[in-house]
Amino acid sequence: MRRLRDLSFKYKIPLRGVVLALLTALIVTASMLYREYEGLKQDLVTTSGHLARVLANTLVTPLVHDDVWRAYEIINSPFAAGVKEASPQTAELIMILDANRRVYLATNPRQYPMLTDPGRANPDFYELWQDIEGLRQPGTRVVERAGSPKLYVVTPIIADGIRLGTLVIGYSKDAFAPRVIGLAKGAALAMLAALAILLPASWYWARRFALPLTDLAQTMHLVRETLPDPADVKVYESRDEIGQLGAAFKAMLKGLREKEALEKEVVFSERLAAIGRLAAGAAHEINNPLGGMLNAISTFKQHGNEDPLTVRTLSLIERGLLQIKDTMSALLVEAKVKSHPLSRQDVEDTRTLVLADAHRKAATLDWENGLDERPVALPSTHVRQVLINLMLNAIEAVEPGGRVGCRIAPEGGSLAIVVTNDGGYIPQERMEVLFEPFATGRESGHGLGLWVTWQLVHQLGGTIIAQSEPGNTSFTVALPLPEETP
Amino acid sequence: MKRRELLLGGAAAAAFGALASEKPEKGAARIGLSPVFVDDQLAFLTNWRSYLEQALERPVQFVQRRSYREIMDLLLEQRLEFAWICGYPYVRNRAELQLVAVPVSEGRPTYHSYLLVPATDRGTNSILDLRGKVFAFSDPDSNSGFLYPNYELVSLAEPPDRFFGKTFFTWAHRNTVEAIAAGLAHGGAVDSYVWETLRRYRPETAAHTRVAARSPEFGHTPFVARRGVPSRDWLALQRALTGMRDSPSGRALLEKLNLDGFVPGADSLYEGIARMMAAVKGVALHAPTA
Repeated sequence: MRRLRDLSFKYKIPLRGVVLALLTALIVTASMLYREYEGLKQDLVTTSGHLARVLANTLVTPLVHDDVWRAYEIINSPFAAGVKEASPQTAELIMILDANRRVYLATNPRQYPMLTDPGRANPDFYELWQDIEGLRQPGTRVVERAGSPKLYVVTPIIADGIRLGTLVIGYSKDAFAPRVIGLAKGAALAMLAALAILLPASWYWARRFALPLTDLAQTMHLVRETLPDPADVKVYESRDEIGQLGAAFKAMLKGLREKEALEKEVVFSERLAAIGRLAAGAAHEINNPLGGMLNAISTFKQHGNEDPLTVRTLSLIERGLLQIKDTMSALLVEAKVKSHPLSRQDVEDTRTLVLADAHRKAATLDWENGLDERPVALPSTHVRQVLINLMLNAIEAVEPGGRVGCRIAPEGGSLAIVVTNDGGYIPQERMEVLFEPFATGRESGHGLGLWVTWQLVHQLGGTIIAQSEPGNTSFTVALPLPEETP
Repeated sequence: MKRRELLLGGAAAAAFGALASEKPEKGAARIGLSPVFVDDQLAFLTNWRSYLEQALERPVQFVQRRSYREIMDLLLEQRLEFAWICGYPYVRNRAELQLVAVPVSEGRPTYHSYLLVPATDRGTNSILDLRGKVFAFSDPDSNSGFLYPNYELVSLAEPPDRFFGKTFFTWAHRNTVEAIAAGLAHGGAVDSYVWETLRRYRPETAAHTRVAARSPEFGHTPFVARRGVPSRDWLALQRALTGMRDSPSGRALLEKLNLDGFVPGADSLYEGIARMMAAVKGVALHAPTA
């Protein structure tokens, strides 16, 4: 039982359909058979009633004349055609009982010899007596004894009010059997034919009903640690309950996916922010002693010391300290520097700057400057820095003769900067740490370019998205424009 | 054996009255057929009638009735000229009748009365074994089917009207065979010629019966003419019947009848029947209630 309940709807619903179809077929067949059986019995009662009346009338004269042979011919006439086929309408026995309840004549005299007590050959007759005795008027009576396989039609033979004898016609209910079996066979065939249509149809419909459910169940199984790829989510499109369920599931997946993306974004931003804070803190702690050290060296130089070894050593130290200072200032991106609003010319200047590098790599530069003559309310220094960083990275990434694209245009309430290249793509594991400092995979550079870019974009309240696939890598920056200030 | 002289002439002055036979054909020879033979072969009867019409050079009309008595009555009422009847009514009405021809079966112009019982009855060898049983007679005017068994009981000092439990008439030897085959009667008396014919042509019925005893031989069922029929007419019929064995078509008909032929026959053939008739005279026999 339990295992049946555990069965997949894929099988359970079709099986239910099949069981229903079978049950329907059986009930219809059974009721047909029952009706047919009752009809047969009714027909029998009607025809035997006619037969009995005709025989009873015809038998009067032979009985009055004691013409045994004539009477025998008459009661045998229903069998005279020589039809021995067991039809339910064919009497099994026709008997005339005399007034003393003895056999006057029977169609099968071997079983019921003349002048004998019929009850000895067939105990049914002992029970029939009361019915036979009760008959005083012409007419037929159908007598059915429980437990007896026979049906008797009893008719008094009456002439001028005198009871000459009794006509008993016996029918075997067994004779119904071949007919009923024949009907049952026919009905079974019809049932099979109906099932041949019903079963595949019910199987098909049930499968169609079950499949969306099983698909949904399978898709739900896919939701574990990771969300399934939208391409793998098969949902039945309809407005019925299953369709609603699928739509709700799809919406839920979408929500989950957005939440996941948001969480990733938050984690990402927080990590970068933490790194930024750490870097700023470290830079600050380093910059103070560093300034002191550089001042000391400067002072020492002014006092003049001719010792060449000391001078060389100090200048080595000074160079190292200056390099640390450079790195620190790069780490510590400061966006608070005032600068004029970004103009179209600023962008064109940047183009001139990177053109030399592009030429060196024989790369094609697709430049699209969507700014008009009106300046944009964004600090030009920062935007140019971002643009230069992204362009140089792009030119660096392409193969010689490759293609680099840049498009700058105000879009809605922000400035969109899209830098593309057709160089090698950035693998997924690098994408995760792309904007972190010193995360570069390259030999050259200090690996702070994208970190600085991110910091700048972030400080300007914008977003930067990197997308990379073979043959196309793009960085999309959106910088929100401040509210229009006239 | 005294051979009865043929009565010639129209002494009987056949000025017969109006004939009342149904559909009387003008100048037709009307022949009554009683069930002394297997008389339900209508196609055969048509052929036989054609044969006789050709031989007699006049139309022939067969008249069939259920009982011997009806045929005898028609004959005596002058509605028939000829009839094929049983030896018993012939002997009874000898004065009114002229013997025309006697059938020959198994080489002799005689037959027997068979005591017939169901084939399943192996014990009965005599009519005495059937005391209190149901017995089938063929016709109260039949020698083999009624007179002989009664005579036998009388000669055995048994009262014929009380010996059996129940008796009935079947009105034809063939029916008696069927009644016994079906088990309706425990025994019956039949014409040996009919039984042998049935055994030959309808063995399925005869096979269910067994001959338990056979009587001495009696004169075969005769073709007779009513006295008053011109001698040339009955002689013509006599020639036609006795001549059947001489032509192929006649022999084919005889084959169907299961007869060797017809002979003119002698009145003395029926002395046995006359003696039995005398012996049962005055004894209460079973009489038809009809």
